[in-house]
Formats: sequence, structure tokens, C-alpha cells
Amino acid sequence: MPSAPTVLQLDQITKRFGSFTANDAVSLSLKKGEILALLGENGAGKTTLMNILFGHYVADEGTVSVADRSSGALTELPPGQPHAALEAGVGMVHQHFTLAENLSALDNILLGTEPLFSARSARAKGRARLVDLMQRSGLTVDLDARISTLSVGEKQRVEILKALYRDARVLVLDEPTAVLTPQESDTLFETLKTLAAEGLAIIFISHKLDEVIASSDRIAVLRLGKLVADQPTAGSTKLQLAELMVGQTVTLSSRPEQAAGRVLLTLQGASAGDGRAAIHDIDLALNSGEILGIAGVSGNGQATLARLLSGLEPLRKGSLTLEERDLGRTLHGQSARTMIEAGFARIPEDRHKDGIVGAMSIAENLAIETIRAPQNQRFGFLKFGAIAERARAAIKAYDIRCQGERAAARLLSGGNIQKIVLARTLEANPKVVLAAQPSRGLDVGATADVHRRLLDARARGAGVILISEDLDELMRLSDRIAVIHRGRLGPAEATETLDRSTLGLRMAGHDHAADAGEAA
Amino acid sequence: MIRFEPREPASLPRLILIPVAAALIALLLAALPISAAGVNVLEAYGLMGKGAFGSLFSFTEMLTRATPLILTGLAAALAFRAKLWNIGAEGQLYAGALAAVAVGTGWIDAPGVILLPLVVFAGALAGGAVMLGPTLLKTRLGVDEVVTTLLLNFVILLFVQMMLEGPMQDPMGMGWPQSEPILDQAILPKLMDRMRIHGGLIIALAAALAIHILLKRTVWGFEIRAVGENASAAAHAGLPVRATFIRVGLLSGALAGLAGVGEVAGLKGYLTADLSPGFGYSGIVVAMLAGLNPIGVVVAALFIASIFVGADSMSRATGVSNYLADLIVAMALISVLVSGLFLRFRIKFIRPHAAAASTQAASQETK
Repeated sequence: MPSAPTVLQLDQITKRFGSFTANDAVSLSLKKGEILALLGENGAGKTTLMNILFGHYVADEGTVSVADRSSGALTELPPGQPHAALEAGVGMVHQHFTLAENLSALDNILLGTEPLFSARSARAKGRARLVDLMQRSGLTVDLDARISTLSVGEKQRVEILKALYRDARVLVLDEPTAVLTPQESDTLFETLKTLAAEGLAIIFISHKLDEVIASSDRIAVLRLGKLVADQPTAGSTKLQLAELMVGQTVTLSSRPEQAAGRVLLTLQGASAGDGRAAIHDIDLALNSGEILGIAGVSGNGQATLARLLSGLEPLRKGSLTLEERDLGRTLHGQSARTMIEAGFARIPEDRHKDGIVGAMSIAENLAIETIRAPQNQRFGFLKFGAIAERARAAIKAYDIRCQGERAAARLLSGGNIQKIVLARTLEANPKVVLAAQPSRGLDVGATADVHRRLLDARARGAGVILISEDLDELMRLSDRIAVIHRGRLGPAEATETLDRSTLGLRMAGHDHAADAGEAA
Repeated sequence: MIRFEPREPASLPRLILIPVAAALIALLLAALPISAAGVNVLEAYGLMGKGAFGSLFSFTEMLTRATPLILTGLAAALAFRAKLWNIGAEGQLYAGALAAVAVGTGWIDAPGVILLPLVVFAGALAGGAVMLGPTLLKTRLGVDEVVTTLLLNFVILLFVQMMLEGPMQDPMGMGWPQSEPILDQAILPKLMDRMRIHGGLIIALAAALAIHILLKRTVWGFEIRAVGENASAAAHAGLPVRATFIRVGLLSGALAGLAGVGEVAGLKGYLTADLSPGFGYSGIVVAMLAGLNPIGVVVAALFIASIFVGADSMSRATGVSNYLADLIVAMALISVLVSGLFLRFRIKFIRPHAAAASTQAASQETK
């Protein structure tokens, strides 16, 4: 749409945090009715840039201009004033929603727009306007429903409606699909296209290459704070974009053919946890030399399954058997040691909270699971030399970027923290690897590294359970995939026989019950 | 507008500099009430210094006062390192003293070689036993140990009073609520003739060294540090989180119990209900001033002790109330807590118009 007027102009935006430059002379413009995908690794400066646009941050240099409502002339926004950005028609949908859970959808949307007096008439008018908005945009929600009763996808729609209600002309969405099922994502992008056709200018932040290519008009790529590409989507390829993001050639690891071995781990009728996160009657058989993917939307029991296999959750019912050894009976909720000694390598979902002790050194974090083993202590006294030596070897072997083994672990980036976890768990030659969201929040390079390590473990004959919300990751790595929904695990089927839409439907709870042979 | 930016982990010089600066700030602030009392500030502080360091007698008095503070400071520092909030050192001190008196006043008649270690051990055991309850309640039922340990202080003090006015009262004490004196052979040896300084100081210094080695060089210390810094990751890594809490609780209580042993078996010779002028609580200040470092505890205990002893002496000379000592100690604690902020954050002053945006930025960065 070359003829469409420009509605947003970022000019030479630079933002520094101390010595770190988050945005380096970034210029971007957006036309009416255009969908721009802002692509980049974690830490590339995407969110910083959007926060500057929205007035949360003040840029050290550069200006943000938005087309004036009446004249259409680009007018500079005063820096650091979210209010001015709102007024000028910039709407933002954050990754973590900013809704009051105990109020209705209508209340949330009208919040802050009502005049102090005579709120009543404004409400009726607001409702009428919203109904009209919903009809035009195809975004439907029950306006009277409490936010806490809505699904994630519905909450997101409320957020978008909130922005539209305030006459947003530029809509910014920060990683909008991170919490959605594939079907919900498809619906979202259809809606966005409808809105764009009506003249809304849209920026969405993402690091998922597939959706970027499928749903945008133009792609801007940020790397280390610099804008490295601003190109039409037509003609862009996944590989090219990945290389632009990382700045080097990327090899996406693929899964070599390998016959699965004997059964290693079985769960039968396993139930654990309580409340919404509980898992019920899970049957699962993991073979050596295979990666078993567990797909599901966040919060459907994955965390409890991971905690069970980590030894942090007792088995309430059923059995957990590793190579004919009944482990389930011995679990009592503080049995991480039992699982480690039985040959489990556990990569926790929240690596900062469960993976490392941030204040302790890299060497100490590498040794923590085996601190009582003879190689690390004698008569209860730590063998510092041996611990440091092994740490240096691990730092080298796993390419942990740090200032040495004595540096505090919390100073490392997420990718390097994950490497610590990988190094200490995989070096022990585990029988079973439990990887819970192992690449969440990692950049392309670190993700590739994690994937390679998991495939290496598989090649060595370990059985890998890969719990992930990223279907691309699951389909590329897993030999078989099972879907978890509301704490129940469907049957594991060969990845070759599955496609994204089948998995998506099962993740949403359809067809799953039929497969499992029971009524939901 | 002020903005806080997180900084890199504090360097060693800054770790030492900050408590020293805090101590100086406390002395500066205390100058206000001193001058309000109409006394020359420099003169008052001169007298305080003399009172704590001016003569061999005052110096040994200061060391005598520091002895229980080192032990209660260690009790707090060790527990706090594991994030086990033992606020009950005062009660554990009395429990230790009570046990020492129970064992050492003739119930067992044995030569000193046997009786003295028995007295010391009984005191440590009693302190540890008192801490065991709150620790088990915390690890088994999740009961907040701040509440239980704090309230136990009053329970134990009342229990001690009951014993001193009942079964353990000295029949020769002319009705005073005090215990029988500890047998001569069970008294901790004096370190110097005609001075009150006693063997408890050796115990305290040895304990500081032992706790230092424990934390730095042993598997148990590793586990204590890991549990304290991130209990969730420690549990995930298979460390014995509950057992660590119980170990720390027993040890922490035992250290406070030893402080009680020193006071009765080293200093007073018998037990009264006013044995401790709040050594248990001051131990918390000592531990905080020391940054929970066992060697630092010794230094901080010497500082606090010299304030107390010096202020007593100054008060006698000038008429300024010796409550001033409490004031200085409290201000030192506040200064150190505030300085903790400076250790973790860099403070920036910025132009008002950018304020809103920057506070947002800062709050996001600290996440």
C-alpha cells in the first residue's frame, strides 16, 4: 500500500541502560492499514523500542511521531508520557495482560475512560459502541463476564477491544501468540487482518518465524539493538530471517533416524498434585533412544508432571516404574535425590527459580546435584580443586560464556544458565532426560544448542521427555507426541502421523476425549 | 527524583566500608541527643573510648561484654544464612544458662575435667532443644519461625523465673530469686588475674572460627548457603532442605545456649532472671552489622560491646543516660540496613520531567 499515509514514525531512536545500548539509532515507519512484524532474539531491543513508543521509557536520542487525528500531519509525541501516546491513538497489548480479574470485561474496557460524574449514561453509550466495534472487528466477548472466568484468548480480545475503544490507530502486540493454541493464534491473525483492512496500523512482536511470514506485510528485524532489516514479507524465508536475527549462519538441528529401544520408564494411572494443575490417570511409556514430546497449552498439568518426574511431587495414585524398579512408592515430595540417583536428568521449567542458586558460583552450581558424591567431598569437606577443575572442563565443553568458574551464576544470561543446567545433568549420562520448556526465553543460538544436547542424549540411548508449548520445537525433535489437556494425557503417536491442526485441536480439548476413550 | 539502579555484586572493600560508615553515621546521629543533654560531644565520645579501651580493666570488661554477643551474633548469623529467622536467641541463652546451672550446682558431683565439659554441653544442648521445636514446626507445618521463636523468649524467661522462685531457688540466697552457685570445679577458668574476662571468650572465638569453616569449606555449609539463597533450587537439586533447616536450628540454638553458659559459668557463677540485658536481641544487630559473616560477627560484637561499656562509663562521668548506648546501637542497625540498599543499588538523581518514565524503567530492570 504505497499510497497509504504514514501514521507512525520512529526516528533514530537510541536508548542506553548504563553501558548497554538497547536501541541504537532505530528508525521505523508504519503506514495506515499495515501489519509490521518486529522480529528479534531476546534482548534484541524489541520490547524497549515499544516501551519508548508507548512512553514508558524516554529515549536518549530520537523522536516518536504520530499522525495528527485531524490533519494527518506527523506530530512529535512528548517523551515519557504514556498518556500522550494513548491520546494520539497508540494502543498496546502487553504479553502479560493488564486486566482487573474481578471486574467484568465491560468494566475493564471502560475503566479510565468514563467521566467522573454521570458514569451511568456513559456506560450505556460505551456498551453500544463496543457492540458495534465487536461486530465490525469480529472480536466477540461476553461483555458482562468476569475476566477471571475468561480463557486466555478471550482476555486477549478484551485487551484489543480496550485499545480499539480508545480509538487506537496504531496497535502494538507484544508476543501475542505466546499463550495461545495454534487455532487461537490463527483466529487472532485473521482478526488482525480484518482490523488492518479497516485502516488500523499494527505492530506485533514475535520470534516465531512461521507466524511472522504468514501474517505480516512487512518485517523489521532487530539485532543487538540495531535495525538490521526492514523488508516486505513477500520473498522472505525462514532461514534468511533466522540468520538476520542471529547474525550468523543457523543450522536447525533435525532428528536423525533412529530405532527406539526397550521401554525405560512407565507411568500407569499416575495422578499427582491437586486443584487445577493436577494430573489424572496418566499412562505413558518412554523408550530408550527416543524423544517423547508432551504438547499442551500452558497450565494444563505439565508443571505437575514435571515436578513428579523431578521427585518434587508425590504420586497420589498409580505407578512410576524405571526399568522394572518401582520408584513411585518412594516418592514423597522431597525426593529429587532419589530421582537423580535413579538416573534422571531434570531440566526445570523455571531455570532461575529451580535451576540455579544465583548467588552461588558457577562451579558450585555445576556441582550442586553431586555435592555429596566422593568426587566432590571427603569427610564432609569440599574438594575445591576438583570442583573447580571439573567446572572449568564443563565451561569449555558446554561453551558457557562467563568470567570464570567463580563468577556468581546469576550474572549469566538465560542461555548460559541453561547451559549450566545441561552440563550438570547430562554429564552424568542419565537414563531419562526430563526437559520442561527447555528453550523458553532463549535466543535462536541457545535454543539450537539445547536441541543439539537433547538429540545427543537420544543418540546415546537416553529417553527424553520434552514438555513444550512450542509446536515447531516438538515436531522437529520428538519421535512421538502426546497432548496434555486438563491434566489428562492423550496417547503418544508418531510425529509423522500428526499435523499442527490435529495437535492444536487436541490442545484445545477437542477429539482428545474420544481418543482416550472416555467422556470429558 | 531518585532512581535505584541495581549494581553488580558488591566488592569486598565496599562490603567492609559500608558497615564502618554505618557505625560512624550512628555516632554522628547520636551526637544530637548528647549535645541536647548539654554535654560536649567530643568529650563524651572521648570518655566512651576511654571507658572501653582506656585501661587493661576497661578493655577486658569490653571483651567480657563481647563474649555473649559473639555467640548470640553467630546464632543469628548462621540461622539467617539459611533464611531461618531465629529471633529467639534470648530465650535460648536462658535455656542454656538454666541447663548449665542444673548440671553444675551439685546435681552431679564430678571432677572439673568431666563436669565442666558436661556443663558446657548441657547448655548447648538446651539451647538447641529450644530451637528444635520452631524448626520442626516450620519444616513440617510451615509455621512462621519468627513468631514461634520470638514468643518462646517470653515463655522461657517466665519458666526460668518460676524455677528460680521454686525448685531451683538457692536456700542460702535469703529469699532472692537466684539459683545455687555453680560448683568451683565447673566454673570456666579466668583468663587474667583480678579481671572478669573468662574462658567463654575462647569458646566464642573458637565457635566463630568453626562456623566460618563450616560455611566455607564443608558440604553442610554448602547446603546451608544453597538452601538460604534459593530453597526451591536446592530442593530441585536434591539437597536435604529439611535436614539442613534442622541442623541449622540446632546449631543456632546451641550457640545461643553457649552464650548463657558463659554468663553463668564464666561471669556470674549463679543464675538470676536478669542475667542478660538483651544479648539475644543485640546478637541480631551484631549479625546484621557483620553482614552475616562469622568473622565479621567478632568485629561487630567488639564494636557493640565497646559502645555499651563505653556508654556506661561516660554516663557515670557526665550524667548522660546510658540508654544512649541503646540509641547508638539502634542507629547503627538502621544505618546498616539502609546501607544494604546502597550495596545492592546505585542511586541516581534525575531531572523531574523524565521521572515517571525512569521509575518505570528501574522497576522493570529490577525484575
